[in-house]
Amino acid sequence: MTMRAPTSDLPIVLDNLSVSAGAVTILDRVSLTISPGAPTILIGPNGSGKTTLLRVLMGLQPPSAGRITWGGRADAAPEKRALVFQRPTMLRRSAGANLYYALKAAGIPRATHESRVADLLQLVGLENFARRPARRLSGGEQQRVALARALARDPALLMLDEPAASLDPAATKAIEDIIRAVASRGVKVVMSTHNLGQARRLGGEIVLMHRGRVVEIGAAAKLLDHPNTPEAKAFVSGELLI
Amino acid sequence: MPDDTSALQLVLTGDPTLLAIVWLSLLVSGSAVLLSAILGVPLGALIALTRFPGRETVIVILNALMGLPPVVAGLLVYLALSRSGPLGSLGLLFTPQAMVIAQTVLVTPIIAALARQTVEDLWFEYRDELAAMNIGPGRRIATLIWDARFSLVTALLAGFGRAAAEVGAIIIVGGNIEGFTRTMTTTIALETSKGDLPLAMGLGMVLIAIVIVVNALAWGARRAGERYAG
Repeated sequence: MTMRAPTSDLPIVLDNLSVSAGAVTILDRVSLTISPGAPTILIGPNGSGKTTLLRVLMGLQPPSAGRITWGGRADAAPEKRALVFQRPTMLRRSAGANLYYALKAAGIPRATHESRVADLLQLVGLENFARRPARRLSGGEQQRVALARALARDPALLMLDEPAASLDPAATKAIEDIIRAVASRGVKVVMSTHNLGQARRLGGEIVLMHRGRVVEIGAAAKLLDHPNTPEAKAFVSGELLI
Repeated sequence: MPDDTSALQLVLTGDPTLLAIVWLSLLVSGSAVLLSAILGVPLGALIALTRFPGRETVIVILNALMGLPPVVAGLLVYLALSRSGPLGSLGLLFTPQAMVIAQTVLVTPIIAALARQTVEDLWFEYRDELAAMNIGPGRRIATLIWDARFSLVTALLAGFGRAAAEVGAIIIVGGNIEGFTRTMTTTIALETSKGDLPLAMGLGMVLIAIVIVVNALAWGARRAGERYAG
């Protein structure tokens, strides 16, 4: 992977953005700026709108109201953005073929595919898994293939939805190490989690969400140790935020 | 062919009449399935991935056509190919080509309807990932057909089963002409009515054996594919 200059997709600016499905408001007048730099971590209980926000940032979910711009542009072509879903779907191919597919789809020169697939598999610690059917891999391994597949697009902005949910500590550490390595190469990471320990370990900036609204934004250490709002205080102290 | 030969003898000795009939049957049904796959799989995929007014009606009609009676398919193709029909000038009536066309009419809806369901199910599974990878419509269809290929084998098998077993359509458009358009099913119908049961039974055994072998091969291919692709 190459070192990246800040992308033209950044900053992403959300201005009073709402998403509704019928009578249900999923995101409620969210105003937020995603800037280049350390990872941005979305935290909050289930149903707080984290996944929908990631889909909006990716350009997969059009807003019902409000506005979003990527580097000042309102168009949503996700050429330099990648999203790893909470439950990624493996294409019915080998792990290696999943990566070849992403490289081809991203229009990356064919001559480089073989070496890039090898590099990506090495990055996610699956060097010997190239020929294994991707759907037969364990949850943690599939999550790593999904990460490698997202990185195959050479994204400047990598979004991850609960990348370590339901993984054991060893698999979680493997995923977090990869995220750190990717972030250190200049890729902007935006990820959701409801694991406060993970937010602390990875976070640069924390965005706390509750009931579709952004409740508090701040540097990880500050927000987690000295929260301002009642919701943030309740969430970081381990109370059930409903 | 001597009258006192048993069905098993005819099969085991490789009787030339029987072999010619078997070969023509395989050629006609195999060609029809191939043509139906070329038409039906992309058609099914297109219906699965596009939204247009009347889509539900198209799906219902397509599903209903899976049960199209072979004699009706035969009659339609007969009318089209007969001398006064729109395609009469082609001179195809009572030829193996006419039989292929009739079976294609019969099998295409089966393959298209099953392909539509298979591709649509996979599309619901893949939709978000392909959108996140910014995959355009053309590559999307190609990806889904390719990744559904082992499931689509079942659709082709259903089509082959239908083609190999039917008698109504090909007897109307082929005419059951000895040595030219006589297939296993038309011969079984004819020989049974004439009382030549050994040939009819011999062909019946071959027909069942072919269907079993084709299904076994497809099963093996599917299992091998799943081991490779998951």
